[in-house]
Amino acid sequence: MTSVRRARQLAAWGFLAPVVVYLLAFYAYPLYRNLDLSLRHYTVRSFVRGDAPFSGLDNYRTIFADPSFGPALLHTVVFTGVSLVFQFAIGMALAVFFAQNFRLSATLRALFLVPWLLPLIVSASTWSWMLNSDSGIVNWTLGLAGVDPVNWLTSPRWSLVSVIIANIWIGVPFNLVVLYSGLRTIPGEIYEAAALDGASGWSAFRRITFPLLRPVSAITLLLGLVYTLKVFDIIWIMTRGGPVDSSTTLATWSYRLSFGNLLPQFGPGAAVGNLLIVMALICGLIYLRIQRRQA
Amino acid sequence: MDISRRGRRAAAGALTVVLTITLSACSSDSPGSGGSGDGAGGTYQIWDPYPQFDDSSAWVKLLTSCGAGAGVTVRRTGYDTSDLTNKALLAAQQDNSPDVLIVDNPVISTLAEAGALAAAGDTGLDTSAMLPNLLSAGQVGGRAYGVPIGANTLALYYNKKVLAAAEVDPATITDWAGLTAALGKVKAAGKKGITFSAIGTEEGSFQFLPWFWGSGAQLTQLDSPQAVSALTLWTDWLEQGYAPNSVINNTQTTSWQEFATGDYAFAENGTWQLANAAKAGFEYGIIPVPARAGGTAPAPTGGEFVSIPVQSETGRYATAAKIVACLTGSENLLATDTTLSYVAPTAAVQQQQVAQNPALQVWVDAVKAAKGRTGDNLGTRYPKISEPLWTAVQAALSGSKSPGDALTAAQATAASATK
Repeated sequence: MTSVRRARQLAAWGFLAPVVVYLLAFYAYPLYRNLDLSLRHYTVRSFVRGDAPFSGLDNYRTIFADPSFGPALLHTVVFTGVSLVFQFAIGMALAVFFAQNFRLSATLRALFLVPWLLPLIVSASTWSWMLNSDSGIVNWTLGLAGVDPVNWLTSPRWSLVSVIIANIWIGVPFNLVVLYSGLRTIPGEIYEAAALDGASGWSAFRRITFPLLRPVSAITLLLGLVYTLKVFDIIWIMTRGGPVDSSTTLATWSYRLSFGNLLPQFGPGAAVGNLLIVMALICGLIYLRIQRRQA
Repeated sequence: MDISRRGRRAAAGALTVVLTITLSACSSDSPGSGGSGDGAGGTYQIWDPYPQFDDSSAWVKLLTSCGAGAGVTVRRTGYDTSDLTNKALLAAQQDNSPDVLIVDNPVISTLAEAGALAAAGDTGLDTSAMLPNLLSAGQVGGRAYGVPIGANTLALYYNKKVLAAAEVDPATITDWAGLTAALGKVKAAGKKGITFSAIGTEEGSFQFLPWFWGSGAQLTQLDSPQAVSALTLWTDWLEQGYAPNSVINNTQTTSWQEFATGDYAFAENGTWQLANAAKAGFEYGIIPVPARAGGTAPAPTGGEFVSIPVQSETGRYATAAKIVACLTGSENLLATDTTLSYVAPTAAVQQQQVAQNPALQVWVDAVKAAKGRTGDNLGTRYPKISEPLWTAVQAALSGSKSPGDALTAAQATAASATK
């Protein structure tokens, strides 16, 4: 009897082992290493020798006191918030539009996926060509309308706006696809019943579509949030976080500290990375809490 | 019931076995490690930042023949230059370094500081033939940590047609005032003035340094009046429309693309663009970057150093030094530097290069006047000065601060970082 149970337990562990090993090797260990990096005073010398002294929270104090910290945090919040609002609103509008299944809707929907399929290096480079101050097509078009050229990428006032616009464009397809498939799960009879009761158009959207889409919306927003918080490539390719710090977010700042200089500062770089993880974690917990309350 | 359980148990057992095998495979020595007791003969690792060359190229053939001359087989890996610093640091951490490492010159002091490179004196490398201004970038605390394989630097390319249309004689441009006046004439003639790269990375500092040093400023005092005059020069060019606003975001490649449109009179760019210049489709010339009060400004040196990383097995140094001596010996330097489009690091080979191609004279002069960024005994203090410097350039050019304020802030940052 007991031997059977033990064998069963063993089998269970055998099946569990791959997942556990995978999680440990690819999630737990890198996280631990990143935490360890952020708690030690690394120089290139101690990095090579592996004898960096433990320095407690010094790296965190350094980054909190850094003049780049305030702007980077603010830009991260603005970048994420504005991107999410527009991505979600535009994605939702398009999803409702395409749900009406007219001719060519499948083709058009497929076309909307293009930004998502392009490699980020391609889309970011294309955006920076289009927004170039002197030879970009955006300023050329503005010129036709009699508007003075705008230094999209090179003025501190516009650089953050430019990278947000590019990021919204890239994120809309994701929102469109998820919300569209969410819409398909709402039974058509509900709309028919509502139409009989006199609800149609905007009020049908507000009273039926939106509430029934809430679970899908929540997960879309959460995934978008986690994804947007750590956006790095678009900003780095378009502006390098500049001019000065005007489009620096925590993600680009972390990269700049660790790799953007001839002399890497691994400790502070890891500390900024950990802050990002904590921010994403808090948002995930809020999501779980909301979900539990709904259930 | 019983059968399925047995099947399950067997599956679990099989999985465990597979996992054990995979894990032990991972933990065994990586095949690239050089320190596996090869003894005499054996395989020597070389890392270089020239991924554009494959095994059929003259460069890799030279590496192979140098290895054969030293009686060993060479295994060469080409990395992207921005990757190589981190790769080299990680390899040093794991005692897995290549036997010969070819790396961008300002990285030498970082790697030497990390204790990842063996000093030339310890490995028997001969650096006596090299020009001192080039060698200085690889010296830390008076000890050399590598041999320059070739050098490049910055100068001003000009478009002959644009200058002729604006009635500017490039030979008369010998100081800042003359250059600014020429830019004014070009703009009046309806063309664009000058393009350069002022991006917020090391590239931006690299391009600003000829003007910074040409004003007489020193990297140890970023807010000196001379430094402010250099940054004011650039800022004024932008304000007057002599240089495009896009320079703030230009890499040296995008800056070159602007010049290649044929609309610009001048471009600040490097030796490595010579091949592209020939393809540009218009006639071009080259003048050195002028200093403020006339003469040639010292431009920063680019180009790589050949170095020997620290090995736990010190017996390997002798053979590695032979390979390095072969790569940087006079007989091979000419071919190598022609392949890489570099100016040779020794006076003798420079003369041969000019004899072969007289157009290189301006570059040889520029390299002679050039300075290493990590020289003047700055070493690893240079990166901590360079970042505030490029930030100040960005702040002034984008109009968020005046040149004076921007450099004062930069000096404060640099001083606290290098304390």
